[in-house]
Amino acid sequence: MSYYNIYEKFKQLDFGQLASAELSADEAEFVSLLSPERENYLEEIAKRAHQITLRNFGRTMQLYTPIYLSNYCENQCLYCGFNAENKIERKKLTFDEIKAEAEFISKTGLKHILILTGDSRAVSSLSYIKDALKILRGYFSSISIEIYALSEEEYAGLISEGVDGLTIYQEVYDQGIYGKMHSVGAKRDYLFRLDAPERGAKAGMHSVNIGVLLGLNDWRREVFLLGLHAKYLQDNYPDLEIGVSLPRIRPQMGDFSVPNPVSDKNIVQILAALRIFLPRIGIALSTRENPEFRNNLIPLGITRMSAGSSTYVGGHTAKAFSDKSVPQFKISDERDVEEVRKALEKKGYQPVLKDWMHI
Amino acid sequence: MEDLLEIGGKKIKSRFFIGTGKFSDYPLMQKAIESSGAEIVTVALRRVDLDSLRDNILEYIPKSCTVMINTSGARNAEEAIRIARLAKASGAGNWIKIEVIRDNKYLLPDNLETLKATEILVKEGFVVLPYMSPDLSMARRMVECGAAAVMPLGSPIGSNRGLKTKELIQIMVDEIKAPIIVDAGLGRPSDACECMEFGCSAVLVNTAVAISLDPVNMARAFSEGVIAGRRAYLCKIPAEKNIASPSSPLTGFLRQDK
Repeated sequence: MSYYNIYEKFKQLDFGQLASAELSADEAEFVSLLSPERENYLEEIAKRAHQITLRNFGRTMQLYTPIYLSNYCENQCLYCGFNAENKIERKKLTFDEIKAEAEFISKTGLKHILILTGDSRAVSSLSYIKDALKILRGYFSSISIEIYALSEEEYAGLISEGVDGLTIYQEVYDQGIYGKMHSVGAKRDYLFRLDAPERGAKAGMHSVNIGVLLGLNDWRREVFLLGLHAKYLQDNYPDLEIGVSLPRIRPQMGDFSVPNPVSDKNIVQILAALRIFLPRIGIALSTRENPEFRNNLIPLGITRMSAGSSTYVGGHTAKAFSDKSVPQFKISDERDVEEVRKALEKKGYQPVLKDWMHI
Repeated sequence: MEDLLEIGGKKIKSRFFIGTGKFSDYPLMQKAIESSGAEIVTVALRRVDLDSLRDNILEYIPKSCTVMINTSGARNAEEAIRIARLAKASGAGNWIKIEVIRDNKYLLPDNLETLKATEILVKEGFVVLPYMSPDLSMARRMVECGAAAVMPLGSPIGSNRGLKTKELIQIMVDEIKAPIIVDAGLGRPSDACECMEFGCSAVLVNTAVAISLDPVNMARAFSEGVIAGRRAYLCKIPAEKNIASPSSPLTGFLRQDK
């Protein structure tokens, strides 16, 4: 069994055709919540989403920050700053630099980090990542990874070194568009990536976070497929903490223009629809969105936010970047952890800096 | 004589236990605990940050309270046991609410894994209070292996749906000697009152207090509901009847000695 079996049922259908497809009652409601008609009832569905979130997560927000270990990449994802074709300064942190980054982040009080690397097994090898984990474990109580897709055994190996969470985005569920966006490198294997969250779950990850890159395809169809993927994981791995992310394409190097722009209003609809469809899942919002928008989305269903983010390799400690240094994407929210905390408190939400530990 | 609840060698006056999740800030949580008069406070170890004075939830628990660490996040007995040991090693005491959940959709506990963890942790000297789906046989087994109390759920965590499992909990109250503490799902002070009226030893509430508009007063309201229910239970609530029974009997005069 694979989520692909479910994807196949809807593969040929555009969003407008989903309403007449064979769906369960909650799936049909999900389609309805995502429909253009519901745009006129956003306040109503936002209120429902808020109440559901309050009941399930209270007035709390878990904070984390990404730590980029390397930007070496063998893929050529058209939308990404780390695209192998881009002539940028490539960097991989030394273990001393990783320690310095860890010390800097831990002083902010954060206990949850997300390790990122570009997709290069040769440069950012598993043994390099495992050595990095040995350092990071001493500073943080929860470590998630967002790296190239691995086998189940490889995920299990990282879990035994202290990883508890896996983040891996399909980017775009439409297989045809996926092929066009990822034509070079290991990432072009659609199925291997699609099944990665499930392999992580089987390996024993405590949490798995999936996502689509909003803007690559019709967002209604993509979010429907994302919701179904999360539901598939929830049905088959009930003890897994499941999260979804809603990254919206941001400017990066090169001349990639967003094929299907997603508006703020659309994001609100997506967020509320996902929350109503899957009341218990975590929903993350990154610093791709600007501070004001992020603040406004807090009560609508978000449960995790990044803070004090940098998408540069070594960006937490680096004082200055050379002209050639390029982030994976440009962030819109440059607030440090303290500023994000204050914004949350002002909204009546408690920033949660620790919500798991190595056991 | 004072009506005290004895658990794990402690004599507890307040039969209202409180949880610490979902509050909008720790000082407010502290005020809610204080206002309720709760003496037993449950805290998820996953949230305890001993490195931080500012973010260490334990700093906001009134010193007069007993902290009962819960094993939130544990997916099996082994993980619950590891969390309990970590709690003890970090100085958080030896009162443990075992919470083993393998279903993140409904957050319903796994009784079998909970039983396994209970058996081992009791042997290790913990005061163990297992959170469970109401089930007489399981509760008996848990008590047989040393659980200090059992904590059946009223309805799923955070649902605020009240006492949906009353019939099963009533059977447990009638048959089990150890204290029965209803945990999870209680949405109103009247739910807490009802639990106490039919003989539960205590209740534990979190969500309904934490997400209310005024957690400090809501905590107090729950606590008062518990007091009222307990008092009524001790007064032996008269049996219900199908017909009216006047407080002044109509034939009372016949017995008057003139």
